[in-house]
Amino acid sequence: MNGTGAEGLRVIQAGPLAMIEDGGRVGVRHLGVTQSGGADWVSLYWANWLLGNALDSAALEIVVGGGLTLEAERTTRLALVGADLDARLDDAPLVPGMSFVVREGQRLVFRQPRDGLRSYLAFPGGLEAPVVLGSRSTTPRERLGGLHGDGQPLKAGDRLSWSGEPVGGRRIPAGLLPPMPRPGCRLALVPGAQIAEFTGASLYAAFNSDWRVDDRADRMGVRLRGPRLQCNLESMISEGIPLGAVQVPPDGQPIVLLNDRQTIGGYPRLGALTPLAAARLAQCLPGHEVRLVAVSRERAVADYRWSMQNFSDSGPGSR
Amino acid sequence: MRAGIETAAMDVLMVRLFDTIEESNMAWIIAADRALRDAFGKTLIDLVPSYTTLMVHYDCRVLAHGEAHRRIRETLENLQPADTQAGQRHEIPVWYDESVGPELQRVSERAGIAIETLIRRHCNHDYCVFALGFAPGYGFMGLVEEALATPRLETPRRKVAAGSVGIAGRQTAIYPLPSPGGWNILGRTAVPLFEHARRGDPLLKPGDRVRFLSISRDEFEAQGGDTTPLEERP
Repeated sequence: MNGTGAEGLRVIQAGPLAMIEDGGRVGVRHLGVTQSGGADWVSLYWANWLLGNALDSAALEIVVGGGLTLEAERTTRLALVGADLDARLDDAPLVPGMSFVVREGQRLVFRQPRDGLRSYLAFPGGLEAPVVLGSRSTTPRERLGGLHGDGQPLKAGDRLSWSGEPVGGRRIPAGLLPPMPRPGCRLALVPGAQIAEFTGASLYAAFNSDWRVDDRADRMGVRLRGPRLQCNLESMISEGIPLGAVQVPPDGQPIVLLNDRQTIGGYPRLGALTPLAAARLAQCLPGHEVRLVAVSRERAVADYRWSMQNFSDSGPGSR
Repeated sequence: MRAGIETAAMDVLMVRLFDTIEESNMAWIIAADRALRDAFGKTLIDLVPSYTTLMVHYDCRVLAHGEAHRRIRETLENLQPADTQAGQRHEIPVWYDESVGPELQRVSERAGIAIETLIRRHCNHDYCVFALGFAPGYGFMGLVEEALATPRLETPRRKVAAGSVGIAGRQTAIYPLPSPGGWNILGRTAVPLFEHARRGDPLLKPGDRVRFLSISRDEFEAQGGDTTPLEERP
């Protein structure tokens, strides 16, 4: 795996959940293997961009923080983008959205969520880990990926290593990094084929109500609580599920399916959040209120292309 | 081939070929899978076939919706069914025992037959692999004869052991990994489905045929099977 035995970062304390994630597993969903990858891929990409990495390089997805403590065994430059998890470099506060130098012996601690849920810590050239089915992303349920290739999240004693050289001095241009979602944030949804099967009242409610993120929210899916939606279809023959699909089981409470969703499923769907909206939802803690906003496919694609363009247009001597 | 082409997401189209689950669908699903992969080439991100549909996820940065739609239409216009005999036939040895198959009793009681008869009849059919999903290498197979059809457990188990063989409705399947699950568990196999899937080459593929063989505990152990009972009762 590593082979060089190079020193890196040692995990002193693991916290509730920190996992290696990259751009995810592509081209394997027909095997029943989930997409995986950074749930807030926008933050993951910016973290990698700050170091001059390929945007989908393997980084650390840190959920909640909860005391995750990493100790540097050598001096290096890292980048942190995403949620504000009250991170400290020794005693100094660490603001997400920039790269920074860590000196040998210094400790990085992630304490608790102050704004958002997931933060991405990027490493020069990307983290080293075995490539499993085309990706280093960790999927515990499938026992795939991660530091040892067996799907396990980070644990105390693990050592993170990388072998690239960072690009210094990159700053994210003002206005390009999306802020963490505010209460009532709007999530763009492209209506799907079953939308006509929902009652008129349910469609009105779907797009004109506040939805509250339920406790049952993880990388597989986020359950939303609000008015009960009624669909004339109770279930369908299982079919492929895209990222962001908003499925509505018989209890009428939608579930938005994220990166670790099952590959096929049989509940009717309102449609699918755009990839940008799915990334935002992945930053919402339980209790957060969101709104669903229907957008056209054309609008969604235009927004997506614009956001991807930002990565290549930005920065000194853009890549 | 007539098909519906539906929007599933910004960059995902659902190709709907059939409305019901039939073994005869598979020749068309397999043919469409191959032809669509060819038609989209490098612009394809993922293609997920299922019982009646194929989900096409394309790269919307390089391919416009209209072009994706056109490629699907043209592909299906010229489609010929695949030769279903080309699929592989697998024999999967299963240790049917109440310690690892706690619903042998439930399923046999519902069918009004002895457990031995249930085992014989579960083994007496070449099942068709309809779709992969739920977990890496998990193949949904059918159709189980009507008399043995049994609905899912009302409360799923928190953990079903790897290799567990179960029935839900008229479908049957093997759990490649320990996972939560609500299927009626009849026995266990030592065939390492997950290891195949992890290498990107699942043992069971859509259109394949599967026959279960009843084996003894000794044979199961000799094959490396784990005899730990599936203790948790839902």
